[in-house]
Order: sequence, then C-alpha cells, then structure tokens
Amino acid sequence: MPRTDSVVRIEVNGADHEVTVDNRTTVLDLLREHLGLTGTKKGCDHGQCGACTVLVDGRRMNSCLLLAVSAGGAAIRTVEGLATGEELHPVQQAFVDCDALQCGYCTPGQICSAVAMLDEVSHAWPSAVTGAAPFTGPGDLDAAEVRERMNGNLCRCGAYVNIVDALLGIGLTMRGEP
Amino acid sequence: MRPFRYERATDAASAVALVSADPDARFLGGGTNLVDLMKLGVERPGLLVDVSGLERSGIEVLADGGLRIGAQVRNSDLAVDPLVRERFPVLSQALLSGASGQLRNAATVGGNLLQRTRCLYFQDVTKPCNKRAPGTGCPARAGEHRDMAILGTSDACIATHPSDLAVALTALDARVNVVGVDGVRTVPVTELYRLPGAEPERDTVLQHGELIERIDVPPSSFATRSAYRKVRDRASFAFALVSVAAALDVADGAVQDVRVALGGVAPRPWRATSAEAALRGRPATAANFVDAISAELEAAAPLPGNAFKVPLARNVVARVLEDLAEATR
Amino acid sequence: MTTIADRPPAVHHGATRVDGPDKVAGRARYAAEHPMAELAYACPVTSTVARGEIVKIATDRATATPGVLAVLHWGDVPHASGHEDPELALFRSPMVSYRGQIVAAVVATTLEVAQEVAAQIEVEYRVEPHDVELRSEHPGLYTPAHVNPDFDTDSFVGDVEEGLARSAITVDVTYTTPAQHNHPMEPHACTAWWDGDHLTVVDSTQGPWRGRAGIAGALGLDPGQVRVIAQHVGGGFGSKGTTRAHSVVAALAARAVDRPVRCVLARRQMPAVVGHRTPSIQRVRLGADPDGRLLAISHDVVEQTSRIKEFAEQTAVATRHMYAAPNRRTTHRLVRLDVPTPAWMRAPGECPGMFALESAIDELATELGIDPVELRIRNEPTVDPESGLPFSSRNLVACLRDGAARFGWDGRDPTPRHERRGRWWVGTGVAASVYPARAAPSRARITIDDHRRYTVEIDAADIGTGARTALLIAAAEALAAPTTDIEVRIGDTNFGEAMIAGGSMGTASWTWAIVEAADALRARIAAHDGRVPPEGLSAEAHTGASIEQLPDAARFTFGAQFAEARVDVDTGEVRVPRLLGVFAAGRIVSPVTARSQLVGGMTMGLSMALCEESRLDPEFGDFTRRDLASYHVAVNPDVGEVEAYWLDEDEPELGPLGAKGVGEVGIVGTAAAIANAVHHATGIRVRDLPITVDRFLDAP
Repeated sequence: MPRTDSVVRIEVNGADHEVTVDNRTTVLDLLREHLGLTGTKKGCDHGQCGACTVLVDGRRMNSCLLLAVSAGGAAIRTVEGLATGEELHPVQQAFVDCDALQCGYCTPGQICSAVAMLDEVSHAWPSAVTGAAPFTGPGDLDAAEVRERMNGNLCRCGAYVNIVDALLGIGLTMRGEP
Repeated sequence: MRPFRYERATDAASAVALVSADPDARFLGGGTNLVDLMKLGVERPGLLVDVSGLERSGIEVLADGGLRIGAQVRNSDLAVDPLVRERFPVLSQALLSGASGQLRNAATVGGNLLQRTRCLYFQDVTKPCNKRAPGTGCPARAGEHRDMAILGTSDACIATHPSDLAVALTALDARVNVVGVDGVRTVPVTELYRLPGAEPERDTVLQHGELIERIDVPPSSFATRSAYRKVRDRASFAFALVSVAAALDVADGAVQDVRVALGGVAPRPWRATSAEAALRGRPATAANFVDAISAELEAAAPLPGNAFKVPLARNVVARVLEDLAEATR
Repeated sequence: MTTIADRPPAVHHGATRVDGPDKVAGRARYAAEHPMAELAYACPVTSTVARGEIVKIATDRATATPGVLAVLHWGDVPHASGHEDPELALFRSPMVSYRGQIVAAVVATTLEVAQEVAAQIEVEYRVEPHDVELRSEHPGLYTPAHVNPDFDTDSFVGDVEEGLARSAITVDVTYTTPAQHNHPMEPHACTAWWDGDHLTVVDSTQGPWRGRAGIAGALGLDPGQVRVIAQHVGGGFGSKGTTRAHSVVAALAARAVDRPVRCVLARRQMPAVVGHRTPSIQRVRLGADPDGRLLAISHDVVEQTSRIKEFAEQTAVATRHMYAAPNRRTTHRLVRLDVPTPAWMRAPGECPGMFALESAIDELATELGIDPVELRIRNEPTVDPESGLPFSSRNLVACLRDGAARFGWDGRDPTPRHERRGRWWVGTGVAASVYPARAAPSRARITIDDHRRYTVEIDAADIGTGARTALLIAAAEALAAPTTDIEVRIGDTNFGEAMIAGGSMGTASWTWAIVEAADALRARIAAHDGRVPPEGLSAEAHTGASIEQLPDAARFTFGAQFAEARVDVDTGEVRVPRLLGVFAAGRIVSPVTARSQLVGGMTMGLSMALCEESRLDPEFGDFTRRDLASYHVAVNPDVGEVEAYWLDEDEPELGPLGAKGVGEVGIVGTAAAIANAVHHATGIRVRDLPITVDRFLDAP
C-alpha cells in the first residue's frame, strides 16, 4: 500500500521538529494535537474565521488550510512564540491594555494576524481601502486601514473596536509618536 | 479526507506527467480551496502533487508594457506590486477585495483562477448537485439562490464563479499559458471558463493534468484608468453579490474604448461585450452608461431571490464608469 | 441583607482583565486543550434527512478501519437511561427529528481517521415528509403553557381594540427576524474520562453545575458521580448554557473505549446541534392620542420549536414593561416543525422583540411628527405597566437624555431622506434597551491562610464576560484586601452550586455569594480575635435564603442606543459609522470588562441588523448557511465607532452590590436603532432583518 504519511521537518517557534504525520494532518492539528501547542485555535477549520492564524516564514496564514506535509521546511511562529521570556510582545501587551479580547478564543489568531499585518504596513502594502495615493507605511495607518486589514479575523464577542484601538496605538509607536 | 499520497513537484513537466497519469491526482497550490473542498468531501484525491514550490517566475513587466505573472505567485504579492498597482489598478483592487490577508498570502494566482464555486449545494455532499455529481439535479433553483447567477445559467446549474482576480483578468483580455502532456498552449481568460450547459461539472476548458504556468496581461493604453468595485453582504471578507472590473478611455467626452466584466452574476466572469460595443464612440454620460449596461442585462434570467442583482449590476457598472470618466476629466 | 455601607468605597483594583495575559500568550486552555495521555477522538455523524427513521447503519467497514475504536449508534446502545431532555437522548431511538441530528459517532485514535470514517458512515433511512417553514397562518400554531423561562404566554390589560379605535394615530405593522446562530468562536468541545464510575469532563459550558446535572441525567448517573471543569470558555451567547450533545458523545465514547475521549463539534454541525434563535413573525399595533400618549400596545408573536422539545422564546415579554398604556396585549404562538430545537441566544426574547417594538415606536413617532426620544419620555410609566409593581430602579429617561446629549441628537431634522453626503444617504436613529435584572442561588467559599492570603472558590464560568476580573474586584472590596492577596478559583463543580454565566445574572449572583462568604469569614476572623490560626480559616455562604427574601419589584437594566447609518445611493450597502449607548445597570463592578460587554453586545446587535440570516431549506430541511463564510457575522470593517456609557445608578435591592448585569442589554435595541437610522436616511422602512442591499433595489 502506498504511503499516505510523511516525515516532516518543521521549525516551530525556533525549535526544529521532525515528525511523522498523516498526509491529511494540517499545520493546525499538528500544532494542537501533536506538538502540544494549543495556543493556536480551531474556530472553523475552513479558513473562514482566522482563529488559527500563524506566521509561516513571517507571513500570516490560516494553519487550518495548510497541510503539514506541504509546510515541510517552513518556519512557523505561533502565539506561544511571540513573547520574549516573561515580556509580552508589544501587540500582546496592547491587547491586554486596551481590553481587546473577551472570551480570548479568537485572540491568538488576532494577535498573530496583527503582528504580520503591521509588518505588511511597514513594507507599505496597500489594502482594499487604500485610495489612489500610495500607501507609504505606518503614517497612513488609520482606523479604516486597520479594520480592513484585520478582516480575516472574526470576533464574536465584539472586541473589534478595542482591537482597532490597540493596533492604532502600535501604529503610532511605529512612526515614532508617543 | 480520504488518505492520499503526496508528491512535491520539482518541475512543471513532471508534475503534469504525474497528475495526467492518475485521474485521482490533483495539483496542490496554496490549498486554500482544495484543502477546504477535501475537508468537505467534495474533493477526494488519492494523490496530491504539490506545485506550490515550483520556481516562481514572479511578476515581470514585459518590454511591450504587458505583464507576465507566474502561476505560483501569491495573491498578496501580485496585489501589492507597485507596478501592477500603477499600470493595472483593477488587478490589484480585485485581489485586495478578495478574501483576507491570510488567505491572500497562501493562495496562488493559478489556484485562484481554478477555484470552485461556493454554491451551498455544491459544497454539501449530502445533497444533489449537477456540478459535483452529474445528473443528480440542481436544488439551488428552487432553494437557496440568493448568491446564484443571473446570466449564462442552464437548467443544470446556476452557480457563480467566485474569483475576483478572474473578473479583472477577463476585463484585461489576459491569457493563461497552460502546460499539458502534449505541450504548452495559450488560452484567453475569456475562453478559459465554460458556461455550464449540460455539463456543469466542467468549469473550464482545461484537461485533467493541465497546469496553468503563467498569466499574460497584454499592454493597454488605458488600463491605468481601471477600477474594481465589489458589493457583498458584509463590508469585507465575503464573496461578491456583484462585482465589476472596468477600464475606460475617454477623449473629448466620448468613449474611445471600454472594458467591462462582471463577477457574481454568472458561472464565469461575464464580459459585457454588448455594453462595450454600445458605448464605443458614444458620449461618456451617466445615461449612456445606464442604457448600455441595461441592454446587456436584458439577457438576465434571475430567480425571485436574486432578482436584485439586475438593478445592482446596472447601478454598480454605471457608477464605476461614471467614476472612471470623472477621473479622466 | 448585607450592605456595603461599612466597606471602603469601590476601588477598581483590576484595571485590566485578570486572565488577559494568559489569553494573549496562548496559555489559557479551553475544553479541547486539556492534555491527556492515550486520548481518542470522537466525531459525530449527523442525519441527512429531516424526519424519518434509521433503518440501517453500516458500520462494518468503519470498525475494520485501522485506528477506529468504536462506532456508537442506536443499534449498539452503549448505555441507556431515562433523561428528560430529548436533545441529549443520544443513540436511544432510531427516530430522526431534524436534519443534522446526531445519529452516530466514530471514535478513533486519531482525529483524521475519526473524521474520515464518520464522513463515510452510511445510514439508511425510512424518510417521512417534513415541514420546516414557519408561517403566520400555519395550521399547527398552538399556545404554549408558558414562555422561556416561566413567563405567562399571553397578557391582556384593558381592551386593545377599543384603545386602537380611540387613537388618533395608529401603527399596525409586521416585522420578521430570521433564524440566527450563536456561533461562539470556540466550537463546543469536551474532553471526558472515567475513573471507575466517576466521570470527569472538561467542557465548554457556561455553567458547570447545571452542565453536571445535564450530563448526569443523560447518562443515568447521580450528579455526584460527575465533575465538570470549565476554566476558559470561548464564548457561548446562550448556546453553552445548557448541556449539549457533544458532552454526552464524549462521555459515552470514553466509557465505550475505556480511555479519555475528546469530542469537538465541526463548525458546520453547530447550527443544528447547539440551538438557534428562532425566526419570528411579529405583529405590533400601537395607538396614540395626538400628543403621543399611547392608548394601546399590542404585540403578537409567531415562532417555531422542534418536534421533540418545546422552547418558547419570550419575544413579546419586554413589551409588557416598556411603556405606559391603558390597553395592552402580548401573545406568543408556536408551531412544531421538523427543525432543531431553538434555544437561548444572547437576550432571548428581548433582542428580537425589541427590534419590533422599538421600530414600531419609531414608526409611530414619524406618524405623529414627534421626536422619537420625546415620544418615549412621554410614555414613561411610573410603575411596571402590567404588574403594577414598583421598579426597584428605572432610569430609561435619564439614559435617553444623556445619550441624546452625547450623540448630538438635538436639532435633528426628522425628515427622512433629506441628508446626502457624497454617494451616501445619511440618517440617525434611536431605540431603547431593556433586560431583566435577577440573581440565582450560588455558593461561595473563602479561605484565608496564615499568610493572610485568600482563596475564593465559586463555580462561576468566565465565557469572556470578565467574570474572573469582576469577582476578584468584588472579593477584594468585600475582604478589604488587595487583589494581589486573593486568588479566585472558578469553573469547577467541586465548588458547589452556582448560577450559570447566563441571563446577565452571573455578576449579581456570584458577587452576592462572595460578599456573604466574606462577611462570614470576617466574622470568623473576628471570633479568633483577628488572628488566623496556622491551619487557616474558611467560611462559605449560599445565597438561596437571601434571594428568597427579595421584595417584589420590577427589576430591569435599561438603556438607550443611538445609531448613525449610511446607505449607498446606488448599491444599497449599509454602513454604521457610529453607535452610542447609555445604560443604567446598577453598580458596574468591573468597568473595563463591563464596557467590553456592552460594546460587544452592541456589536453583535449591529451584526444582527446588517448581516445575520439563516434559512431553513424547504426541500432538505436544514439550515443552508452553516459555516462562517455563508452565515455572515460582522467582521472588523463592518464596525465603526461604538461607544458605551453608563449612569451611576443605585440599585438598592439586588444583592449587596446592586449589580444588574450587562451581558445582554447591549444587544437589545441595537437593530432597531440601526433600522430607524436607515429609515431616516432613506425613507425606506426595513421590517425584515437583516438590512441587506436588496431592500433598497427595485427589481426590474
């Protein structure tokens, strides 16, 4: 019988793993069920809610739609890998400070998404609400831009306004304002 | 999901050979649609041939001003490319209006073009669907059809094609380069997608095992004056009820040339050729825009639950063209 | 009754959410995340017919698949008992009552195997015709004995017909709301294991104590044989307020395979399995004199329930308490359809009911030419209009006035469709909010050790409400101790009876018990001359007696919500750039998390107004939009500015803190405020939610 599992080498939060996975296993299930990293959440399992967002080689993606076998060789960063020791990542701290969470289940995905989103902003990526003028970076990051860029992370508790506040605050820091 | 074998392709030719030889094989790109469909049981491949790691030809502006896009380019990379944004704004806007930041990072442009309909019956393997299971029937017509097509439908199928990118490429007269076991061929995007007719299971003219290698967008003197507008049931992260990709060339108040393609209204991106023909040489006025698109929409065969798409499409097309004409003044 | 007069003034020790750091770091573990060795996975199989009988379930191929441990189904009953909740009576009958009902479950060593085998299980049915269409003229309409939870089904005061006949202006309109789904971000999940006859479940539940009774009942166990743990719960909005079938699947499977089992519902399974908000058809009739004084209020509701269980949403009950009028009528009629049993969803009753009433009040204001804020103030009752009871505290008028001032309501031109900005019609609207303020018996225990550190134990649940934070603040205040010296433990049936996180009753119920336990503990410490012995001291309290002594009164949280809506002149796209709510909810114990609750409720109300719609498929009998791509909930770009404020309100009776609760009032009235703003913007009155583009487009 042909093999339907594979040996996958994958880096997660700086640690190398070599695991044998069923080819059907997603990165999300690999993290949660095999590596004990349950910070990444399963909300819909179909790329429709963003709770499973992780950074794949620095870019945000839905880990529920990414087959682990296909992610072999990639470097994954999850919510557990954002803090430096006891010190929360600035986005994590901003979420606490602005109460940008309630039940907390969408939160790791929001935070990973936001970390990558801010990186996209620093690379001057435009969004669907960017007008004709070029998007130049953090200086152009307003509430409408944050909202649109966070469109893939559903929050049923309704923490959106606080999430936007948290990320606008980070945006100000990025452009050197207090 | 059914257990499946996995092969990471090293080059296009061997990937094509592997998939062509096995009816149960599928190409895996970003996986954002295929893995979703596998979880739903709509797709049950026995072999995945992963082409996402194939050498990316990237995004290239050709000497003639045209654009060459590798099929494995990620949606987000194409969307944010400064040259694309400057020369083909409709392309960037279409991509950015689609899905989410996460999905755009994973999805490839080739895979985007070949994604399947989001018809609720197609996605539910416990129900009939002529596209998924030929001959079983189409419950959408009598059932949930708010999101369904109003143009180009058949008795067998009223599903829409969900890609925003494809609508923009349709307006831009793009072509796809396809590799098959018998070599390479070029297919205009306007001819890539089939209308369902009696065979709704075939979305495109591609044969099993053919792989989109790249997309060529021809040079255009007026694609800089193009735009994409998408109307949906929430402010973002939803498929189009109606979308419009348009480009407009106006001189001395008259339409020199125009491109209009509609999304969300047909089983394929709907190039509004008769509206375009009616507008060429005519004054670029709101009334003429409305008349031209209204004539195009006379062919519409809406159902009670999606009849609103007719006035919506009319209004959105007229609005986009007005805005483009305004920007030209 | 305990008072707080002798305590120091409220100090908001908890500036931020106490479990925030755990949640943002990914350390907070939810029900599917409890680590267990030898864990197996259970995946439910759901029915593909809406009504009928299972003739055969083919399990041979399934059980032969490597990794499969068991297939649970009616022909292989793993355990029988007689529980009264038919939604939890799994695998005990071949009858199918709705499409999506759990008919089997596959247990396997890996998630991938369990999912695939469950998807391939073939079930043969004898199919019966089904009916899933709610109609106001349905021949099956009946009058339930009472409506949720135990309100009178109907109310009649005076003579509505006569009142309407005497009215100078009348409104007689019908509103509809579609079925809606709770869809908490955490799918319902349970990890279960047995130790002899003792079952432990880590469950996604709004109330472990109540959940324990549900699970025990379904399995024929004594509640004492079951322990339920719920440390972190990823939202519920009512759907986790009662035991759901996934918990029973996990427990049965764990027993069948003699190892720990985890069962997580797939998102697409949730709409059928965890309850839904019933669709409603609501006729509202109002009559007023030329000065806007209401002479008649009538609210008649038609809604659905399932074949196997009655859930009668109390949709018109809020109407009994809102406005003065001599002639009144509220009724509820149900029809049993071949649908999943509807259940609680955030502010069941008030939420859909107040969409109708508060839209109708706006329609009346338009007809009368009276400002809608003023119209509401003119009809403010002095006592509860139907019971005649005094209000313990009622500040609706103050909320309206304060909200109007903050929003900039004064000077509003009431003319519909008069303001156009660019390609948008712009309008503003207002609606009132209401939600009952209650408390239920709970037990709390507080221990002090000889280092003067306190441990508070109460079987509360934090489903995102901020319960941990609020209880810590309340405990610190009651103990006159800094929060850093207090540990609050929740979410464990070992702590005894407690109210669920539901009905906006959590804070009132739990803080009441904590304050009483703190009083008892302080008394014990005093009895020891202020010294804590090496073994520590503890005291507990149960609030049953105190709650029973509550005087008769009408107790409600009130609020007023203001909305700005914009409607695209060409496409009919609706945007809500601004929502503002002012509430009077008694004492706000934890301001940071309470504000999030109110803003969150208003955000969900916006989602209800603009996005959420679930329809039952007449041909197949199921909800067609079962995933989060097709069942739209508001995404970040749908939500503009949302501001929530509260008035200082003294609620003298409801527990020592007088905290009325804020979990639900925020969603009540939002949809009406938005619909009223949309009418002001466009002149188009949308009476059928959600407010989608097609409401503004004329079909050819």
